[in-house]
Amino acid sequence: MKAGSNLEKVLEAGKFAVTSELGPPKSADAENIKKKAQYMKGNADAVNLTDNQTSIVRLSSIAAAQLIMNEGLEPVMQMVVRDRNRIALQSDILGASALGIKNMLCLSGDHQTFGNHPQAKNVFDIDSMQLIQMVKNMRDEKKFLNGDEIKVEPRMFIGAAVNPFADPFDYRVKRLAKKIKAGCDFIQTQVIYDMEKFEKFMAEARKEGLTEQVYILGGITPLKSAKAAKAINKFVSGITIPQAIIDRMAKAEDQKAEGINQAVETIEHLKTIEGIKGVHVMAIAWESKVPEIVDRAGLLPRPKM
Amino acid sequence: MTEAQEKNIPDVSSDFEPKIVAFCCHYCSYAAADLAGSMRLDYPTNIKILKIPCTGKVDVLYLLRAFEDGADGVIVAGCEEGTCHFINGNIKAKKKVKYTKKILDDIGLGGDRLEMYNLSAAMGQKFADLAKEMTERIKKLGPSPVNSGA
Amino acid sequence: MIVGEQKPIEEISKMIAEYKTVLVMGCNTCIAVCHAGGEKEVGILASALRIKNKVEGREQNIEEASMERQCEREFVDELADKIKEADCVLSLACGVGPQTIVEFYPDTIVLPGINTTFYGMPKEQGFFVEFCGGCGNCVLDMTAGICPIVRCSKSMLNGPCGGSQEGRCEVNKDIDCGWQLIHDRLKAQGKLDFMDEILPPKDWSPARHGGPRKMVREDLKIDEKPEDEIEGITKEGEK
Ligand code: SF4
Ligand code: SF4
Repeated sequence: MKAGSNLEKVLEAGKFAVTSELGPPKSADAENIKKKAQYMKGNADAVNLTDNQTSIVRLSSIAAAQLIMNEGLEPVMQMVVRDRNRIALQSDILGASALGIKNMLCLSGDHQTFGNHPQAKNVFDIDSMQLIQMVKNMRDEKKFLNGDEIKVEPRMFIGAAVNPFADPFDYRVKRLAKKIKAGCDFIQTQVIYDMEKFEKFMAEARKEGLTEQVYILGGITPLKSAKAAKAINKFVSGITIPQAIIDRMAKAEDQKAEGINQAVETIEHLKTIEGIKGVHVMAIAWESKVPEIVDRAGLLPRPKM
Repeated sequence: MTEAQEKNIPDVSSDFEPKIVAFCCHYCSYAAADLAGSMRLDYPTNIKILKIPCTGKVDVLYLLRAFEDGADGVIVAGCEEGTCHFINGNIKAKKKVKYTKKILDDIGLGGDRLEMYNLSAAMGQKFADLAKEMTERIKKLGPSPVNSGA
Repeated sequence: MIVGEQKPIEEISKMIAEYKTVLVMGCNTCIAVCHAGGEKEVGILASALRIKNKVEGREQNIEEASMERQCEREFVDELADKIKEADCVLSLACGVGPQTIVEFYPDTIVLPGINTTFYGMPKEQGFFVEFCGGCGNCVLDMTAGICPIVRCSKSMLNGPCGGSQEGRCEVNKDIDCGWQLIHDRLKAQGKLDFMDEILPPKDWSPARHGGPRKMVREDLKIDEKPEDEIEGITKEGEK
């Protein structure tokens, strides 16, 4: 056991894992988090807390993680390198571990020009790859980035993101290999809509033996409407929704229900792909739908470890 | 508007004769002006023509200096687009005129006091017309505050 | 070269409003090449300011001067008289120019007429791109000669991030993804295995993050003078 988190245990035991995601509020409203946490209870093995997602100021991921632990849930603390230098990152990793947070996800973070403070100075002292390596060395070598010894090391189950749909496509599997080499234990992928491309990515990853070295959780986000799908295509870099899905949404009488159907089908499909060890259900601003999706995909009850 | 500008509000009723400087290309508008003369066309005499080898030679600084030295209006007249004898001198001039208009707006003189025209050597009438048009426009705008101000 | 652009006339006009004699001072090196602060732009700005003053009925002497390099004392000193006569110097050099004057003319008010932006190259006439951030520790050898520090929006050493799409950066479709460029060039050179290596966290201390930087070249120094005498030189310069 690397960190002994529930998520790690589920994956180690060879069970198909479910993680979900909770976006902290743009305020100090703890109740909001507690409320959203109820949707996840019993439906996910661990829950991601985003770190100022899309560069919009929100309640911190560490604090949100503590709040959901109080509700009996297990957190995956997200951490981006946009806003903190190596001093602050290491300090927060120590703090998070001391609070009992056992999973984290290492990200570069959306550029601040997307958010509500585009005038901000960014940091990008280290990149996401180096963050993975840094946490791993803190945990396994008990060393800070500068080589100094850590007496009580932080124990984290280390996650990373991959986007199989970004360019250059032929580099994406290599980049996954690089993240594994850096030391990540699990991967949460970008939302999957283009199954054909994803299958290609997975085949390549299997060929390189990567699926044996890391747990890959496929990303799921239910679409709310054809219009929303088009907006994603237009504005979100790194996600492409195939026309067939947009058409299907547009034709449906109840577009929201169709979005849920589509998400459930994607999970069913992912279960059949060799090397996929779980799913990461991100129902952004639609957390209430998580129980239904997980239930209909036949992923309940969640294993008690 | 500053107090000084207010004082400069044009008095249209006066017999104000604007001083207008025209930068004319040797290959077209300069010849057209000549033609207008020999055709005995009637056009305002207050236009000072400066012959240049191509409107591409016009510079932002030339245009500003003309205004600084008291011109009420400035014309840049070049060949029709696509017929420049130096390929694209008139296109370059167009961009410089646009840039200078912005400066004139920024400094409160107004970009309207500057205009670019395109015509061929055979267009004596068009030259007379543009001279009239610009004179009328400047008369409406009134004397340049550079002259009356301070 | 160093790239910059002129501040809006309105801003400049406010900045210099209280001074009787303003010396607009250009530099004929980088900032002239990017058409922001050379002799010609000095002429244009000075002329525009004089017209503006007349339009607004303000009395002010706008003087003009330019030199080869405003960042070197030898050139600046050639204009010493003009500088001292002026109530303020409006510098159209990059940020180094005004500070060179500040360094040697302690009594002179120096104002910036330029927003200095980056080190770059004119990709084509009228189009400038940023190529170097002066990080003090060049890694171009690892990245096919394309700078990841300023040509990747996130200064990643192990890019590209998940936002790279069709060669463009996630920040803006007008920005090339620096890492796509690096990838393509390494691939063409048969060196794509460079990207398998995890480049370690960068030492930023030689960059601006280590505090103000200086460089001493003993081999270039002329006088082997004891320190207090070197002090003396500075003082003399201050006059
Ligand atoms: S790596 Fe540093 S020194 Fe080299 S080009 Fe980039 S910013 Fe400049
Ligand atoms: S898209 Fe490319 S240039 Fe932009 S931040 Fe990502 S790696 Fe850097």
